Amino acid sequence: MLGETGPEWLSEEVKTGTTIIAIEYNGGVVLGSDSRVSAGASVVNRVMNKLSPLHDKIYCALSGSAADAQTIAEIVNYQLDVHSIEIGEDPQVRSAATLVRNISYKYKEELSAHLIVAGWDRREGGQVFATLNGLLTRQPFAVGGSGSSYVYGFVDAEYRKGMSKEECQQFVANTLSLAMSRDGSSGGVAYIVTIDEQSTEEKVILGNDLPTFFDQ
Amino acid sequence: MMQSLEPQAGGFNFNNCSRNSVLESGLSELGFKPPTARKTGTTIAGVVYKDGVILGADTRATDDMVVADKNCMKIHYIAPKIYCCGAGVAADAEITTQIMASNVELHMLNTGRPPLVAMVTRQLKQMLFRYQGHVGSSLIVGGVDVTGPHLYSVYPHGSYDKLPFLTMGSGAAAAVSVFEDRFKPKMELEEAKQLVRDAIAAGIFCDLGSGSNVDLCVITEGGVDFLRGYDKPTEKGQRGGQYRYKPGTTPVLTKTVTPLTLDVVDESVQTMEST
Repeated sequence: MLGETGPEWLSEEVKTGTTIIAIEYNGGVVLGSDSRVSAGASVVNRVMNKLSPLHDKIYCALSGSAADAQTIAEIVNYQLDVHSIEIGEDPQVRSAATLVRNISYKYKEELSAHLIVAGWDRREGGQVFATLNGLLTRQPFAVGGSGSSYVYGFVDAEYRKGMSKEECQQFVANTLSLAMSRDGSSGGVAYIVTIDEQSTEEKVILGNDLPTFFDQ
Repeated sequence: MMQSLEPQAGGFNFNNCSRNSVLESGLSELGFKPPTARKTGTTIAGVVYKDGVILGADTRATDDMVVADKNCMKIHYIAPKIYCCGAGVAADAEITTQIMASNVELHMLNTGRPPLVAMVTRQLKQMLFRYQGHVGSSLIVGGVDVTGPHLYSVYPHGSYDKLPFLTMGSGAAAAVSVFEDRFKPKMELEEAKQLVRDAIAAGIFCDLGSGSNVDLCVITEGGVDFLRGYDKPTEKGQRGGQYRYKPGTTPVLTKTVTPLTLDVVDESVQTMEST
């Protein structure tokens, strides 16, 4: 659809060209994202928070086309609100992920966004779901976005089962920092959200506070 | 009585697209180029300051490489204290903001409340997303509502950003560099006006698609101050002197007159249509 050359505003779609990650630990989840939004070669927003709340204890991480991802998150937020009123209690993370997956699958030809859904609920504790291309799969951790390609090796090597909350937060910060330094479409600051039974905590790590690695 | 909130049956009509594609293929055989939509090739900017929001825009509208309008208005009214700068395709930005203004007025009457900037942004982005980027308007929505001053940008495909300062259009890169250097939170009015003026001027001088004057719109809790033609940095200056030489400056040394005798060979009369 966007293959033919037309006016620039048609082809210069705003993408979140991103790095997103979510990881589960015993008692909760940690989500992380970078903050760069690009349109062509321009950065249009260098401080966007791509961790979007779907409910009090369920967040999703946005990647791909900014318009598509924002719209899916907004629609699912509304549907979850209705659903939680209907069942009279807080929704399950699996329900939120299913709603995201339903939209991603039904409109998979038209949409170009990937949302990672993660949160905490009473029945199953912390959970992470990937919804790429309309599948629904629960994973111990998930990475996504253009920057994820650069850190698959790192996360596969460094992940251990049974990490604590602080270790997970450090893992997320390290992963984001590595991806942001290698991927041109990721950058800015790192947003980290930690969800557990007691609270939902949002944190920002500014540029020079990010963990540093080999950099010549 | 929620008619205003239902999707309108009117609005944009894309029936002519098939006609255009047939015409295009026919015309290109004969070597003609079809007319393109006029873009505003713009610099628009917005800033949140201590008491509210300041929106700024240049005033040049271009048709490819020709200036179609030297003093067009790119800051559009949406609600008494919410205004919108438009970039991208001129017609789309104009009509989209008019549709929004009308929807907002109906919403105000339905709910009995003054509108929120977030509401305007949400309606805008939902409409633009529905048209999947074919409505080519990039907009900066700024205003003051009961929750305070807010500034949003909305892109043609339907994504939005909420930031304390924003620029859009072809001159956005030039303007945002001024903001990145000098923006501070909670600026005073005069400082903020100067900052927005400088950002638009950067677009006017450094971007070919932007030019002419700077329009500003200052929105506060107390009301709106629309400063059309706030600054005219490209106005022609006063000429300091003249290069005209006085008659007699160059002395005449010699003068030779050679008359040319011409004979009449042929005389013909052609009458003009004088009705």
